[in-house]
Amino acid sequence: MTPAPDRALFQYLLRQADSPLILAQRLCEWIGHGPALEEDIALTNVGLDLLGQARMWFAYASEVEARMSGNARDEDALAFRRDAGEFRNLLLVEQPNGDYAHTIVRQFLFDHAQWLLLSQLARSSDARVAAIAAKALKEVTYHVERSDDWVIRLGDGTAESHRRMQRALDALWMYGGEAFVVDDVDAALVGAGIAPDAAALRAPWLARIEAVLADATLARPQDDFVQRGGRDGRHTEHLGHLLSEMQFLQRSYPDARW
Amino acid sequence: MSTPGEWPLWEIFIRSQHGLAHKHVGSLHAVDAAMAMQNARDVYTRRNEGVSIWVVRSMDIHASSPDARDALFAPANDKIYRHPTFFPMPDEVKHL
Repeated sequence: MTPAPDRALFQYLLRQADSPLILAQRLCEWIGHGPALEEDIALTNVGLDLLGQARMWFAYASEVEARMSGNARDEDALAFRRDAGEFRNLLLVEQPNGDYAHTIVRQFLFDHAQWLLLSQLARSSDARVAAIAAKALKEVTYHVERSDDWVIRLGDGTAESHRRMQRALDALWMYGGEAFVVDDVDAALVGAGIAPDAAALRAPWLARIEAVLADATLARPQDDFVQRGGRDGRHTEHLGHLLSEMQFLQRSYPDARW
Repeated sequence: MSTPGEWPLWEIFIRSQHGLAHKHVGSLHAVDAAMAMQNARDVYTRRNEGVSIWVVRSMDIHASSPDARDALFAPANDKIYRHPTFFPMPDEVKHL
């Protein structure tokens, strides 16, 4: 078995890092605006978990880049000094918070995809990848439980909450499947036993999603068109705005310390 | 959904890593026990505080009245024989 070229590994690690980073940034927009104090704390805790996961992936990506070029960017440079076209996150996570239904549905679709992916990555032939995935998996297991709970509460709640949840689900559905679209980068890592074949995770993902939607009395959208592009740096208009806020400090005051 | 003000109040008890008993740590709002448990996890145990959580509806707790303090507690203090301070305790016996 030949080891995957570092270039593919580096790209793959950026993909693993960017989605939790961007979603963490979205979730932190809720700080002080949550529907209840307890939920405000809980949701932003999830954001903090995701930020921690992003940092672990970035740290490893940085080491791989050093191995590759000898000129590695550190975590901060990777997070704060890349432009939108260089980000590799799923389109799903950059979508705006919208109302709470949008935030919960986005989280729900992401959490289940993450859980399935991480549970496979925890058995990676790359010990570092396996260790990061195993640590993140514990947190994501809780995120899944929380998201399922909210989807059911709001979907099977009042007429108004049901209507909003269905609307959010219909709006975000086309972004849900991007996690299972594979390309050359995936193929290289699958060949080396580092990553699982993500395409094979789509069926179990759908099964888990559909089971929760049934409990929530929500209708699974029938159109399975998948909007893709995030993996290649082609993003929706929302990412640039998000980055302008997230990266402002490092862009305006590079290497600022306090 | 109802507003947070209408969510019932819950009292949260956490057993810490080395603690033997659950201790009251505070309260929070939640619509049911499952949500109270999740909220307790997020509000009170994110810094490794606990290994076990109890949640109890605040309305299910019956508290003694401050007015009854003398009747309930004052007699205890003047009966010195009720305080086992005369016995040497072996060091091996913990948690007394």
